[in-house]
Order: sequence, then C-alpha cells, then structure tokens
Amino acid sequence: MSKKILLDKINIEGIKSFDVYRANGGYASVEKALKMAPNDVIEEVKKSGLRGRGGAGFPTGMKWSFLDKKSGRPKYLVCNADESEPGTFKDRYLMEFIPHLLIEGMIVSSFALEANLSFIYVRGEFRWIIKILEQAIAEAKRAGFLGKNILGTGYDLELVVQTGAGAYICGEETALLESLEGKRGLPRIKPPFPAVVGLYGMPTVVNNVESIAVVPWIVLNSGEEYAKVGTAKSAGTKLISACGNINKPGVYEIELGLPVEEFIFSEEYCGGIANGKRMKAVVAGGSSVPILPTELILKTAAGENRLMSYESLSDGGFATGTMLGSGGFIVYDEDQCIVRNTWNFARFYHHESCGQCSPCREGTGWMERILHSIENGHGKMSDIDLLWDVQRKIEGNTICPLGDAAAWPVASAIRHFREEFEWHVMEPKECMNRNYGLREKSIMSIA
Amino acid sequence: MLAVKSGKQVEFSPAAMDRAREIISRYPDGKQKSALLPLLHLVQDEFGNWLSVDSMDYIARLLHIQPIEVYEVATFYSMYNMQPVGRFLLEICHTGPCEIRGAEELISTLQNKLLIKVGETSADGMFTLKRVECLAACGYAPMLQCGMHYHEFLDSEEKIDRLLNDLRSKATQNN
Ligand SMILES: Cc1cc2nc3c(=O)[nH]c(=O)nc-3n(C[C@H](O)[C@H](O)[C@H](O)COP(=O)(O)O)c2cc1C
Ligand code: SF4
Repeated sequence: MSKKILLDKINIEGIKSFDVYRANGGYASVEKALKMAPNDVIEEVKKSGLRGRGGAGFPTGMKWSFLDKKSGRPKYLVCNADESEPGTFKDRYLMEFIPHLLIEGMIVSSFALEANLSFIYVRGEFRWIIKILEQAIAEAKRAGFLGKNILGTGYDLELVVQTGAGAYICGEETALLESLEGKRGLPRIKPPFPAVVGLYGMPTVVNNVESIAVVPWIVLNSGEEYAKVGTAKSAGTKLISACGNINKPGVYEIELGLPVEEFIFSEEYCGGIANGKRMKAVVAGGSSVPILPTELILKTAAGENRLMSYESLSDGGFATGTMLGSGGFIVYDEDQCIVRNTWNFARFYHHESCGQCSPCREGTGWMERILHSIENGHGKMSDIDLLWDVQRKIEGNTICPLGDAAAWPVASAIRHFREEFEWHVMEPKECMNRNYGLREKSIMSIA
Repeated sequence: MLAVKSGKQVEFSPAAMDRAREIISRYPDGKQKSALLPLLHLVQDEFGNWLSVDSMDYIARLLHIQPIEVYEVATFYSMYNMQPVGRFLLEICHTGPCEIRGAEELISTLQNKLLIKVGETSADGMFTLKRVECLAACGYAPMLQCGMHYHEFLDSEEKIDRLLNDLRSKATQNN
C-alpha cells in the first residue's frame, strides 16, 4: 500500500461527522497553525513543494507569497470546487466523504493568507455536497473553529459555500471570481493577477479543493516531511479519478512517481482493462491534455517507464508526452473510436466557450463541425489538415486557457491517430459501425 | 431560448424569503449581487424549476439591480431553465467518459420508454429529457441527474425502469 495523506481516514465509520473527525485528530492543524505567524504557515507550504492540484500545477506556496498583504485591503481565499473537467471527479469524493478535511484546510489556509471571509465555490449540480459542506461548516462553527475569535486567538473567519450554475468555464479562476460576483463567467485578462486584483477587486488566492485539503497534513507534519513523499519535482500524493474502459473505475490516492502501467493494471488501482479487451489510448489528466496511444503512455519516447508525475507525463513535450493535469484519467479500449471521442470533446469545448475571443468561439465551432462531418462519413482528406490548421490558430491566441484546452485534444488525436482519421474519410460505413482500422502497434495486451 | 412570462404574481413564501435574506447577508456590504446565482436556484426550487421573466424581474428588484443583469446571467448558465419543464428533469451526461460507457444507449432507452425526444416533456408532464455536459461522475457512468440526486451506473434496462418507476411513485405520494 502506498502512502495516504488525504484518504488515510476515509474508511473510519462516521468520519463525515465533526465528532468522529475530531476524535481522530481532526482540526489539530488549526490549533497548531493559529499559534504560528501566518507567514510561517506559508513558509511550510512553500517548503512542501506542493503544486496546485486543479490542473495547472502551479506551486501553492509561491502563489500564496504573491498575495498582496501590504496594501492592507481585505484578502480573500476562494476554493475552486467547480470540478467540471471531463474525466475529473476527485474533489467531489473528498467533499462528500470527508468534508471536514476541506473545512480544516480552509481555516488554516485562510489564516495563513490573513483572510476573514473565504468562499468555497461548488458547481451547482453538486446539490447534496453543498448541503454536506454547509452542515460541516455549522458543526465547525459550533465547536469554535469558525466565526469570531477562533479558539480565543482573536482570529475571525466566516466561510461561505457559493453555488455555481452549470458552466465549465467557471472553473477558470478569473471566470470563477466573476461568477462569484454574480455575473456571467467571462475570464478576465491577466495581468493583473487575482493575487493583486481578485474578488471584488481585492487580493485573492484561488486554490483547488485537493490543494487546500493537504494543507492540514503539511502544517502538522512539516513541509520537509511532505517533500519526502513522491518525487523530487512532484512532491506528495495525488488523487487520480480513473474512468473509461477499466475494471475498477474510482478515486485513488497515489504517491507521485507510481509507474503508469502499475496504476492501470494492478489490482490495487484500475485493475486492468474491462471485458478482456486491449488498451488503445489514455487521456491522463482530464479532457484538456493530449491523448496518448498505449505505447507512449506506458513508456516515454526514450523507452523509460512512464510515471505518474508532472515531469514524467510531460516528458517529450507535446510531441510524445502529455500532462498530469487535474488527475482525470480516462482509459480507452480497442473498441473506442478516437475520431468520435475527439468530436465529443470538441463539442464540449464549443458548448463551454464563453465566446469572448473569436479564435476560441469560432474555432471550437469549426472543429466540432469538421469532426462531426468526418465522424459521420462526410469528411474529405483535406478536412484533416484544415482541422490541424484551426487548432493551431486557437492555441495561444485567447484570453484564457480554454482555447488551448480545446486545441490540444484535437492536435494530439491527429498527431497520434492520423491513420484513423484517414480511415474514417475512406471507409465511412466502417466508421459509422464503430469498427475501426486499428494500428496493431498501438494495442498491447498485457497478460 | 427566449424567456417566457409566467403570467403569475411571483413572490417568495415567508420561509423562502428568510432563506433569501440569509443568502444576501453572506456577502460584504455593497456586494449583494453575489447572491444572484444562489437566488436564481432558490426561484427554481420554489417555482417549478424554471425562470420566468416575472421571476427574474422579481429577483432584480430584490437585489436592486437592473433586470438585464439577471437575464444575462440566467441565460449564461446551463442549470437555469428558460422554459417550463416537467415534474422530473432528467439531465443525462453525454460527454466523452460517459459516452464510452453507454450514454447514448441510456438516452435512446429513455426516449423510447417516455416516447419523447431530448428537449421534450412527456404528455403527462412528468418527465423532461435534457442532454448536459460532464457532471463529474465519469467513473460511475452512464448517469443522469434528477434534482438533488445523481443516478449512476444506469447500464441496463432494469435499472432505468426501476428509476422511472421510483420517480413516478414519488410523484403520486406527494400529490
Ligand atoms: C477552462 C478551465 C477550467 C478549469 N476548471 C477547474 C476546475 O474545475 N477546478 C479547479 O480546481 N481548477 C480548474 N481550472 C484551473 C484554475 O484556473 C486554477 O488554476 C486553479 O483553480 C488553481 O488552483 P490550484 O493552484 O490549487 O490548482 C480550470 C482552468 C481552466 C482554464
Ligand atoms: S479562450 Fe474561450 S473560454 Fe476563454 S475567454 Fe476566450 S472565448 Fe472565453
């Protein structure tokens, strides 16, 4: 069994309730942190090497140290619980089954950032989770861990659960802040960054649920201890939500650096490919990251074992690598159609584009239409090059990274599965039967 | 989609008004517009799961903002319904991970059983079908959301029948 930091208490009966959570050492980090200087808490998080778990992997301690504390304006911490990246369902698991871990993390993190009002922005569809969190907050408040003068230290904190209403773009941090202000989720141009001009124009930190939830462990055990877990560049553990054609879909906590092959095929994790099928491809970090064929997800182009870490998954750049992203791990078996999946994702991004930038607004629509026509047997060979051209013109030319996120799945699908697109153009009937020309080399059966 | 007038006088019940006041009080002074999304959810909970023009105007008055500020938000987010919907709104995820585990089969089974297409409401006013993008249930696919709940692993006709029957009996119990 590998190291558990987030889920070590998940199987304790009744851990959802304040009393059981507290009896098992819960909220000890609040008692410890509130005796420290806020900036010393930030130092611990810096030393831990923790990188943001929402997708971008930005070092959390560094982000915190950018927060403008000097101007004396109110500061806000906003937890990003929008969780809408296809393939990702890990934050939901934490909030549903061990809600107090997030509340505890929010208290310690808010203290470090010297915020007195903090928000958890939860996607609107998670209606039952909103109730769970509100109840957990009420319990923590009754016990004196929230509200005025927490544990008699003079520190005040209110925690508000904010409800989204169905918009993937609100996971982007500046769109999230707009949404929290009661507006449409239109990303803001950066700079200025939220650390200087964020919620209500005030200094703000936005962090993913999982990033916040590891802070209590770091405070209790020290940043150095956390940095010892995982690899040199990927400290700690990561929640991976595994789905697709595997035997055991679910949420797993892995120590970063675990071989990808072990993650997919061992009984402790995904348990191999379902129905005795062979594996064809993997999207390793949520729909936005490049898709890789089997041979490249298990081994790097240099022939080394691919590991579940930031640096190993991105080894080879976009030519032969991908990204750890949000930890949304989607496995495709030999029956799955890459063209159809790419069209599906293109439709998703078109639907979710906020429409502010023309390359994204128009480009996602073009990609959806071209892919739809190829998928339905009306494609031309030149469409494949057109598709390539459109995605190139989106990438890097937009206000927020949704444009890139829409371009990368298309680019990587063409890069690694071009024959399949060509097959769809030449054999439209086969394509509609979902029976595709497969490259033998991209399929490996592991007995 | 164009918003529709309900023709009904919209006003929160005293209990809903208490809830609305509590929501509005969460934000710093002068930032009450932050309450807009939660209040629109409250309207849907109170008035049949959709937003009429009258109800949006009502929220604008409550928050002292212009009606257009409410309309632009209401039409931006997918959870707000701009038309009346059936008693049970079945929102089926059709994004990649669900699709490879049978989302389209789930949708066609529901269409056949309810004799409606996606976007329509059954003749008895009981069910509306809607396609939605990723609901963060990718490992438990295929699935749909109905109100407070996620219904996951809907990978057989028996499970779909059971769900529809449960919902129907819930409706008769509540009447
Ligand atoms: C289109 C888009 C969607 C995003 N969705 C999410 C999300 O659902 N949850 C999340 O934590 N971060 C999401 N992010 C990343 C956030 O912008 C931000 O980087 C993150 O919340 C920062 O937290 P972290 O540093 O703890 O990872 C998204 C980014 C983009 C561009
Ligand atoms: S890239 Fe797309 S989603 Fe992002 S701001 Fe531009 S139009 Fe909106």
